[in-house]
Amino acid sequence: MSNRGGKRENAGRPRGQGKFGEPTIAIRIPQSQGATIKMFLDAYQNKRTGLNEEATNVDEFFTPSISDQPTRLPLFTTKVAAGFPSPADDYVEKRLDISEFLIDHAASTFFVTIKGESMIDVGLLPGDKVVVDRSKTPGIGNIVLAVVDREFTIKIFDRSTSGRPRLLPANSSGAYLPIEIAEDMQFEIFGVVTGSFRRFE
Amino acid sequence: MSDRSIALIDVNNFYVSCERVFNPKLEGKPVVVLSNNDGCAVARSNEVKALGVKMGQPWFQLKDLAKKHGIVAYSSNYALYADMSNRAMSLLATFSPDHEVYSIDECFLDLTGFRKQNLVLYGQHIRQRIKQWTGLPVCIGIGSTKTLSKLANHIAKKHPEFDGVCDLNAMSLRQHDDWFSKIAVGEVWGIGRRLAPRLHEIGIHTVLDLRMTSPSRMHSNFSIVMEKIIREINGTPCIELEEMNPPRKQIVSSRSFGIPVSDLASLEQSVSLYISRAAEKLRRQRSYAEAVYVTIRTSPFNEKEPYYTNSLTIPLTTQTDNTVLLTKIALWGLREIYRCGYKYQKAGVMLSELVSANHRQPDLFSPVAADTKSDNLMNVMDQINARMGRSTLKLASEGFRQPWKMKQGNRSSGYTTKWDELVCVTK
Repeated sequence: MSNRGGKRENAGRPRGQGKFGEPTIAIRIPQSQGATIKMFLDAYQNKRTGLNEEATNVDEFFTPSISDQPTRLPLFTTKVAAGFPSPADDYVEKRLDISEFLIDHAASTFFVTIKGESMIDVGLLPGDKVVVDRSKTPGIGNIVLAVVDREFTIKIFDRSTSGRPRLLPANSSGAYLPIEIAEDMQFEIFGVVTGSFRRFE
Repeated sequence: MSDRSIALIDVNNFYVSCERVFNPKLEGKPVVVLSNNDGCAVARSNEVKALGVKMGQPWFQLKDLAKKHGIVAYSSNYALYADMSNRAMSLLATFSPDHEVYSIDECFLDLTGFRKQNLVLYGQHIRQRIKQWTGLPVCIGIGSTKTLSKLANHIAKKHPEFDGVCDLNAMSLRQHDDWFSKIAVGEVWGIGRRLAPRLHEIGIHTVLDLRMTSPSRMHSNFSIVMEKIIREINGTPCIELEEMNPPRKQIVSSRSFGIPVSDLASLEQSVSLYISRAAEKLRRQRSYAEAVYVTIRTSPFNEKEPYYTNSLTIPLTTQTDNTVLLTKIALWGLREIYRCGYKYQKAGVMLSELVSANHRQPDLFSPVAADTKSDNLMNVMDQINARMGRSTLKLASEGFRQPWKMKQGNRSSGYTTKWDELVCVTK
């Protein structure tokens, strides 16, 4: 038996002892997505190991959620004591309310009107009303209302290979270019776009 | 050292901050918001404060300064401010079961039960949450009484090293004295510009000076209110959180005109409009008025025109909430004080001697049916106006064109209250 090359049994770190605390595999990824995936993995690792630099000795602050929506409960009009109850009483449900569908937190939700065509491929057309929720933390791939150099813009949030924020249009005509946010640019995310609506008449 | 932890949260330069949320270009620029009719500065950005502009300074005095430094002036957009205030207040209510909305931009929270947490951290958490969810910057002051929390808020606002949250309970008494010796006595809640000069006269200049005085002796020289203030800054709570606002004792409605008015007809229109606004508020809090006050005046700033001001209080035989009756009385009063030949700039009304519906004394000699009829009429009017919009149903005496109405030269859009005035995103 040759003692050169090949696999050596029981060499290296035991499986599952790496920084993720579980077995890992090697995969090929597009170079442009390297930073994004690295960030995702860092976040995953923090979550796994409970290592979060920002959380110090404070327990998580618990805030009760308040219902922003008026809850309309059905009024049972049939009298209970006398006679045969309405067979429909058991089936009465809350009537649908459009704002309940579009809004999670009324206190942090704002509407804006979209005017440009840079986002038509994701179905945001000029004249549409867009629902923006400030309470949501923007993640890569979310549509966001951002402020770049003190001007509002709606784009898809992304990060470049270097990890800097980048805003992508959704218009296949090529008329709109991604906005790379440089160090010296003013940049802020107003909120995450959670929906849109329009009227035809 | 103390039993309670009361926090006062207030929005920095509230009206200006509201404008900035929807107009990022205003960030870093000097911005003022003007009162009704673009009269005087009611909110100032820090940049404007740094230029020496005082609260309430008339706009015409500022025009040169504004041109020189590029001050941006907005007319007040109360619909926007009220909506943003409601958002912030509804969020603050989630941070403690005991809260009191003190004004459009201030709220007290009782955090006594939260002291297992580090309250400065909890304060930072509240601050961050309000900023993220509404876009409004707030400062938080914490102390063992409401008056101390106000002072703590003042410290947090003026000293950036606190990062917006100051907890006096986390400091020693010596540190308190240190801070209090640097704050002018006029800054204390309830002292203000009126009482400060009287305190200066007897050698009290700083908060520390006031804290050292004897509450009971100050009571006899000033009032019970002064005694309470002194006890409060010594850590003894005397002013409780009021979760429900008590019904108001009087309701004022007054406004300056967009253009000077000299004819009686225009004044009559304005007085009837103000009466119907005030009467609406009166009915909303389920009260009745026993006196009506009317006032008119010309501009005190215009030296070329003769100055005239007059007012009249008219006591009523029966307590009422009926717009028609109140209008009749106010218009009678107006005709009594109106003098021909002056250019009037402002009119106002006040409903006073208010009693709640439960304590109302009906008129022995008037038929009860008339009362019910009036109630029904006012109910219908309020309901229609609530559903179809303000002034759908109104008295003809309010007039239709109202050319004297307020100037709001540069009001921003109804970003959160009107579908056709939303922010437009063009990029």
